[in-house]
Amino acid sequence: MKGDEFEVDKPEEEKLRKDEIQLIIDGKRLDGRDFNELRPIKIEAGVLKRADGSCYLEMGRNKVVAAVYGPREVHPRHLQEPSKAVIRYRYNMAPFSVEERKRPGPDRRSVEISKVSREAYEPVIMKELFPRSGIDIFVEVLQADAGTRTACLNAATVALVDAGIPMRGLITSVAVAKVDGVLVLDPMKEEDNYGEADVPFAFVIRNGKIESIALVQMDGKMTVEEMKKALEMAKEGAMKIYNLQREAIMKKYEAIEIEEE
Amino acid sequence: MGEEILMDIKKDYVLSKLRDGERIDGRKLDEIRSIEIETNIISKAEGSALVKLGDTQVLVGIKMQPGEPFPDVPDRGVIITNAELVPLASPTFEAGPPDETSIELARVVDRGIRESEAVDLTKLCVEEGEKVWMIFIDIHALDDDGNLVDASALAAISALLNTTVPAERFELGDDFPLPVRNLPVAITSLVVGDKFLVDPTRDEMSVGQRLITITSDKDDNIVAMQKSGSYLLSEQKFYELIDVSVEKAREVRELLKDI
Repeated sequence: MKGDEFEVDKPEEEKLRKDEIQLIIDGKRLDGRDFNELRPIKIEAGVLKRADGSCYLEMGRNKVVAAVYGPREVHPRHLQEPSKAVIRYRYNMAPFSVEERKRPGPDRRSVEISKVSREAYEPVIMKELFPRSGIDIFVEVLQADAGTRTACLNAATVALVDAGIPMRGLITSVAVAKVDGVLVLDPMKEEDNYGEADVPFAFVIRNGKIESIALVQMDGKMTVEEMKKALEMAKEGAMKIYNLQREAIMKKYEAIEIEEE
Repeated sequence: MGEEILMDIKKDYVLSKLRDGERIDGRKLDEIRSIEIETNIISKAEGSALVKLGDTQVLVGIKMQPGEPFPDVPDRGVIITNAELVPLASPTFEAGPPDETSIELARVVDRGIRESEAVDLTKLCVEEGEKVWMIFIDIHALDDDGNLVDASALAAISALLNTTVPAERFELGDDFPLPVRNLPVAITSLVVGDKFLVDPTRDEMSVGQRLITITSDKDDNIVAMQKSGSYLLSEQKFYELIDVSVEKAREVRELLKDI
């Protein structure tokens, strides 16, 4: 209990809300995007040799890599569950991933992100098929530019499929922010730092349709109406990301077929 | 093991009652337990409050001291929120470093206070870039009969409302009341099937940790939200939860006006 209890939740959350910073100019965002436009996304499945499943993903300037190990034996043993697999999710930021070096290891923010991310996957992964075993999901943020938890969730989904873990659907995640009084999809760093609100969502998509909400968090200030609109906006964005996740998975399997011939 | 069997029995009971649209303690689905707020009970603290939410009890103490500001906001005070789930409060709590539950609790409470800008941090600057007031919000759970989040959030804002900045003690002028200008209220619900129970008790939680906390401010803005627990939430429920939470928060906020 030393040190940690006085650990300060870093100024990342300390929003400036300075009036002189204009985030919307002539109806466009600072990086030229429309309000409902995602950042460019690049997804590649199966990038790590040792992991059972893996994925590299870029979302704007975010660069993340996800690895899945399992189903495998659980250590320590007492964590085993007799009737289902134990899911573990570890979100971690590389010390060099942010402007000011981040002290290595889990801080309070990463612990919270890991918790809610794990809870998003738990109802989706068919845990009951693997009693006494563990499925470990590790995500590493190599470069951060707002929305790392959403990027990591998107990468983890592809890595889980790559590892052949049976799931009831795919998890796809995107955030909506409020900046200069308007809602914008997939905020980048400036919009996250100086914006008025940030709402990360994750959805379960099954048979090409959004079925339910697997993760939702929010900080900032939004009216009830805006929140409802934010959900609609996030759903549209998520469907686009979902298609890219599928493409990345298909591409991996196409590559395998060629090798076999 | 005994505990687990008991939880299973309770779960069946909760679910069977719910099929008739009832709760085990006779409350309406959206009814909050009785609330008692007692402030200023720890004279050593700059502010304090004990909140009783049914049988759930949380004590929050506020300590303040001068410290260094964050470099990107050199003219604002700093809020640090911490939660300790001491073993005295529940047979399932263990001593030791904060686990993910207590970290999440502290961060959800913190978010409500921070994002509603409940404390005017600009009035807590002593010397720009050098010295500002630091507010330590320490959440001490005493009895966990369910929904520690709402009890903690309520205790935190109640304690802040009666906090005096101890300027004299640090030779920084006259003591003054902490400038509080917003009243965030957190409302947590337990999602069970197609229903949800506002302010769940520990027995009701036997159906599983399927929670969502929605914090709103005095102007009915949503200022913080957290889905907590392994479950999936339908969009329809999400919309309903927002509306009900904002409405319930308004009810609870009335109690804060007497502090």
